[in-house]
Amino acid sequence: MTVTSTEKLFVKGNEAVAMAAIEAGCRCYFGYPITPQSDIPEYLSRELPKSGGEFLQAESEIGAINMLLGASATGVRAMTSSSGPGISLKQEGISYMAGSELPGVIIDIMRSGPGLGGIDASQADYWQATRGGGHGGYRIIVLAPASVQEMYDLTMLAFDLSDIYRMPAMVLSDSVVGQMKESIVANPRAKLALPEKNWVVRGRAEGEEQKIVKSLHLGDGEMEAFHWQMDARYHELADKECRWEEVETADAELIVTAFGSTSRIAKTAIVMAREAGMKVGLIRPISLFPFPKKAYAQLSERCKLFLDIELSTGQMIDDVRLSVARDAEVAFYGRPPGAGSLPTPEELFEQIRKNYRATA
Amino acid sequence: MRYDVFIAGYGGQGVLLAGNLLSYAAIHEGKNVSFFPAYGVEKRGGAAMCTVVFADGETGSPVVGNPSVSVLLNQLSFDKYASKVKRGGVCIVNSTLIDIGGLTIPEVEIVQVPMNQIALDMGDVRMVNMVACGAYIEKTGAMQLSSLEAALKKALPERNHKLIPANVNAMNAGAKAAKG
Amino acid sequence: MKQVFSRPESLKDVSTHFCPGCNHGSVHRLVAEALDEFGIRSRTIGVASVGCSVFLYGYFDIDVIESPHGRAPAVATGAKRARPDRIVFTYQGDGDLAAIGTSEIIHAANRGENITVIFVNNTTYGMTGGQMAPTTLPGQKTSTSPYGRDTNKDGAPFKMAELLSNLDGVAFSARVALNNPKNVLNAKKLIKTAFRYQVENRGFSFIEALSSCPTNWGMQSLEANQRVTDEMIPYFPLGIYKNTADL
Repeated sequence: MTVTSTEKLFVKGNEAVAMAAIEAGCRCYFGYPITPQSDIPEYLSRELPKSGGEFLQAESEIGAINMLLGASATGVRAMTSSSGPGISLKQEGISYMAGSELPGVIIDIMRSGPGLGGIDASQADYWQATRGGGHGGYRIIVLAPASVQEMYDLTMLAFDLSDIYRMPAMVLSDSVVGQMKESIVANPRAKLALPEKNWVVRGRAEGEEQKIVKSLHLGDGEMEAFHWQMDARYHELADKECRWEEVETADAELIVTAFGSTSRIAKTAIVMAREAGMKVGLIRPISLFPFPKKAYAQLSERCKLFLDIELSTGQMIDDVRLSVARDAEVAFYGRPPGAGSLPTPEELFEQIRKNYRATA
Repeated sequence: MRYDVFIAGYGGQGVLLAGNLLSYAAIHEGKNVSFFPAYGVEKRGGAAMCTVVFADGETGSPVVGNPSVSVLLNQLSFDKYASKVKRGGVCIVNSTLIDIGGLTIPEVEIVQVPMNQIALDMGDVRMVNMVACGAYIEKTGAMQLSSLEAALKKALPERNHKLIPANVNAMNAGAKAAKG
Repeated sequence: MKQVFSRPESLKDVSTHFCPGCNHGSVHRLVAEALDEFGIRSRTIGVASVGCSVFLYGYFDIDVIESPHGRAPAVATGAKRARPDRIVFTYQGDGDLAAIGTSEIIHAANRGENITVIFVNNTTYGMTGGQMAPTTLPGQKTSTSPYGRDTNKDGAPFKMAELLSNLDGVAFSARVALNNPKNVLNAKKLIKTAFRYQVENRGFSFIEALSSCPTNWGMQSLEANQRVTDEMIPYFPLGIYKNTADL
């Protein structure tokens, strides 16, 4: 189903991802069933062929990511999706895609771990996502939606950024945002200017140069040069593509920071705090890589107290601490993932109250 | 204005459909809506619950610790969740299946509606969720009954649209019973 | 003077890194001749694997995707599904295809992906230095089977051409060798058949090519060639194991 009206739809987060993929011109989807993201392959198995696309249930997560590699190498937009255990298996392919400078979209609907863990919402794969995840020292673009609307919008953006920067892009969400239904407007946003894919492997026609998609670099200095080239691209991303949201930070004495599902819970806690007379704001990173460091640095020039909230024992807090001014304090409240561990707004309000102190 | 409602029962009582209906009705009235489902690992007969938040502006947290309104359809969910209702809130219970055992919650209005009985009297016990929706609207005034009727058209597959009049009757009966 | 022998257009004018006596060069040439003779070079995508075969793009004058170890059939699946009008083939060794990549090869074959797989079986991991492969013969000494392959412990060698022939999705499966002119000519005929089947959209086509590896076998080229005749062919009989159409 391609939706271009301004009509309000009522859909699941996972379905919004699938709808956005089709809208973004995704031609191939490869995946393997795993809870809590199976709505994505289910939707696409039904809808993608209708728009001439190719849906294939792979034999394994490894099969799926390598099919993505192959399809992407021929220049089409392609996607895969999974959760914790499956994303671990895909890391080999993601590393090869990064090394081969291939675009491609990977949806990660986080569940708890390690190991089989559980199917409850988790944010404990922040490190895995933002530090590259596989071998070799690379990064991928990571976007973190906090609403069903953003599941739609950021999936579309992931395709564009992935093409522009020639690297895999991940939409990092969890089973709260994936499973909840919200009213959304499926309006295609203005298309970004995309570079021509002059590197595509599609058969060397007469007069054309041979095209090779590869990650092997054996020549003297070749690999080193490639690393610096990747590094330059990450700096460019940091300069141009940081995205974040701020709520009531202007006069805040305490700034809560959280991404994805927890930021939603925090928003209501902040409303409660304001009603109770506390000057509390929120900063929510939307791009986790690149991490909006400058936004944190600027806020911390005035506000010296941050409260980082995560569904883990603390991962994003590393980036927050690296971003804020040296004299800013970063407090932490975490609920490691698992059944019954989703915090309530009331609980987060209590944490705000505990940490809050007004400057005279 | 921001409204939140928590609905719980066992699988088969139409808890998720009730949540969906209230969501569609709120969208019909131009609200932003967040519907958050949760259910047990059992495919049939396990616990089922959902939270619906709707607002003119942002819906904020899809998770609510102390709901302003809870609609509880069986004893188990009453025992577990009745005490969580926010002060000043409303707890609507299915008195056919729930014995409140004289429980009172400070500053919470407990509204007893014999939902199963009403649904049975209307001809089908499966309409218990419609009775619950009617009772919810009557007690909260959060939306119009006509919006719920419009929502039925969206939420039910075309082949079941012939059942809409009966469902609307069940909602009206639920509303009437909640009025007391 | 009439020219009677020349380099196929699908091969570059470079010398390879392959060891003297290795059959990779011959297999490369036969594949290139097939691409030339069908006139499909300009719409062919090669998928390189990991091992001695990784430099495919250095020798073939065609577009190439390099894949992770064992994953070439999945990469080829993605490429073919995205561009069904292209000719897609993988070129894989025995460690790659029959050990780390068993899942990918079996499922691509079972789906009947309309691709061609060239499988070079030399009973050892060549590039990493002659370790035991899934096709190492019983009793064969390698750098990780110094006492000889013990089938009680390591299992018996995989017979991939036979194994894949049991799958419905496979249109063509054959084993060839390059140890004498007659076998080379037959190999050429069957490699061409495998590509023809893809051109005709018949489904998955598979060629297992028995190859020598003198360096890792610790043999002279001629000795190694003789081993193909004396030891490999008796264990891995040549022939067509599955054929869904006339040759």
